[in-house]
Amino acid sequence: MNATFYIAAAVAVFSTGMVVTRANAVHSLLYLVVSMLSLALVFFVLGAPLIAALEVVVYAGAIMVLFVFVVMMLNLGGRIAAQERAWLNPRAWRGPAALSAILFAELLYVLGASSGALTGAEPVQPKEIGRALFGPYMLAVELASMLLLAGLVGAFALARRDVPPRKERNP
Amino acid sequence: MTATIPLMHGLVLAGTLFAIGLLGLLARRNILYILMSIEIMLNATGLAFVVAGSRWNQADGQIMFLIILTMAAAEVAVGLALLLRFHHQFKTLDADAASTMRG
Repeated sequence: MNATFYIAAAVAVFSTGMVVTRANAVHSLLYLVVSMLSLALVFFVLGAPLIAALEVVVYAGAIMVLFVFVVMMLNLGGRIAAQERAWLNPRAWRGPAALSAILFAELLYVLGASSGALTGAEPVQPKEIGRALFGPYMLAVELASMLLLAGLVGAFALARRDVPPRKERNP
Repeated sequence: MTATIPLMHGLVLAGTLFAIGLLGLLARRNILYILMSIEIMLNATGLAFVVAGSRWNQADGQIMFLIILTMAAAEVAVGLALLLRFHHQFKTLDADAASTMRG
């Protein structure tokens, strides 16, 4: 099973790298779905079957469908892809890549000092999660429901169409 | 039937994904890609929680993932609604177009 983890991790890193470097939005979304499915496999071999299922259903299902809907609504054609390709020159990547690499190197340095502990002696069953969720974490569930309600109201209020587009300001 | 990998390998995977998401967030100018990079970073954070929960065989890590998942869902709904409104007003997805708002 250990090989499964490493293969899925390699697929996840590769597809995530492809997400941030593609010019076509739909290609990026499909790579993001692949990345999330491989992460679901990682969760499964780490002994979190419920989280693996939720990753597929909620992340790769619901959230990605939202993204695909928006891409379809905006009808991003070849013009946008050409513009993206123009923005994707190596000069634009130099600064962000250096900053990310520095932070990643620091993270590796900090993690290098940790012990060689092993994960996943046995899976954590959904029953345990449910007991904890509706026991000590009850308040967190209530807050999550409030957050989702706020997200629903906010998305509805923002996506209305009845506000006219902004007029161009005269100089 | 679970893998017993060193804790560090799982955390390094989470850190790698987070760094890639951060790179995308910094380098791209399209709002759609910025939102996708945020999703990648949130997902990587959740992975770190699940790896730690798996190390100590506790459910708490997975509950944290559930909370992050809820937050990501709410965030992406509001973010995509903002993106639709942005495209409606500026006819582009270039984040630099918003600098004319002088906010």
